[in-house]
Amino acid sequence: MSLAYYPGCTLKTRAKNLEEPAVASMEVLGVKLEEIPRWNCCGAVYSLADDDLIHQVAPVRNLIRAKEQGKNELATLCAFCFNTLKRANLLMKEDVEKRNTLNSFMDEDVDYSGEVKVVHLLEVLRDGIGWEALSQKVKLPLWELKAAPYYGCTLLRPREVAIDNAEDPTILGEFLEALGATPVDFPESTRCCGSYQIVSSPDDIAEYTRPILNSALSHGAEALVLTCPLCDYNLGRGQKELMKKQSGIREMPLFYFTQLLALALGLGPQVCHFEMNHGSPESFLRQKNLLPQAESVQPIGG
Amino acid sequence: MSVTISSKKLRREFVKKVKELSGQNLQLCYQCGMCSGVCPAASNMDLSPRQIIEMARLGLEEEIAHSKTVWICASCLACTVNCPRGFDLSKMMEAIRLLTLRKNIDHVHPEDISPQECSELPQIAMVSGLRKFTG
Repeated sequence: MSLAYYPGCTLKTRAKNLEEPAVASMEVLGVKLEEIPRWNCCGAVYSLADDDLIHQVAPVRNLIRAKEQGKNELATLCAFCFNTLKRANLLMKEDVEKRNTLNSFMDEDVDYSGEVKVVHLLEVLRDGIGWEALSQKVKLPLWELKAAPYYGCTLLRPREVAIDNAEDPTILGEFLEALGATPVDFPESTRCCGSYQIVSSPDDIAEYTRPILNSALSHGAEALVLTCPLCDYNLGRGQKELMKKQSGIREMPLFYFTQLLALALGLGPQVCHFEMNHGSPESFLRQKNLLPQAESVQPIGG
Repeated sequence: MSVTISSKKLRREFVKKVKELSGQNLQLCYQCGMCSGVCPAASNMDLSPRQIIEMARLGLEEEIAHSKTVWICASCLACTVNCPRGFDLSKMMEAIRLLTLRKNIDHVHPEDISPQECSELPQIAMVSGLRKFTG
């Protein structure tokens, strides 16, 4: 089966290590992620002002691209894009006046009224494939991995777009269990990492990430499992700065959930791009017997 | 912190604009402080989320303009999902930011971001940061 797919800008550059393992894994699971044609940046954040319709044009255009393909579902992977597209879709579905204004303003062949359902890849795994079926496809169970699922904000808030219970989500934990890993619950799993404050106040980011990292460590996590490229950046940078300050934070590898999925499905490290991760994920994974032990490089004889 | 409330300081036009832009009924808030309790950035703010709602509906435009609170809000929506009155504070914060940005007063100047930061930051950070902090 194939699924219309919206990647977004970050996944094509700074977060290839989120996208490439996802595309390869879904193929193994029998789902081909097909990029919608002519997709554009969704604007990254949903416009919160009532009169700011111009910023709804970018996400709505992408939804129209999916509709033009005859698709009734659009899968996303970037947590920011998911939130922006799903909220814009909701606006087009529910607010008749704004929908009419946008449709008459945009020079598109088709009008749009929220017909496409925006889903996140985790929902496809849970609702389309199912945890049981996923666990049966696992070739390399992550038995020795104790990892804390970190949700961040945009997959869960506001409530009307949440992929799970906004206060007590379990979807990432269930995902990890299906792969054979032990999820570590911790109370800060939905606390904001500082988000775009990294642009205006980069010096404050370490303090945003401190309670998250502290809490995960003190609950016994050996790694954090992420869904969002901005969480990854902030937590990675925050962790590094806190370690420099000798704040008692020790290095914890950060993984995208899709990297763990690819590993567990036996796709090997090639599709995972661990070289783009913060921390030292490869030596950690070797310790956990999830990567082959490093071989010494032999000089090629002439 | 003490604030003088008087009809001379009340800016009715400001209250009206905040309501219009946010689409929120400011009178919904009953000042329970849940928003301040769940806000991960409240300790960095000079006016707490609860205080800024009260001051906005009293029309204390100047006090709010001197505060850094709305620029510290990361729109994480912890307040929004936890408010027992269904008040969406993230929309009020956005409205107040826009009242400044639409006067062509930017909070972040792209030229001040170092080339190294630009090359390292994920695109969603740059796009969202510039969307929230420039007009």
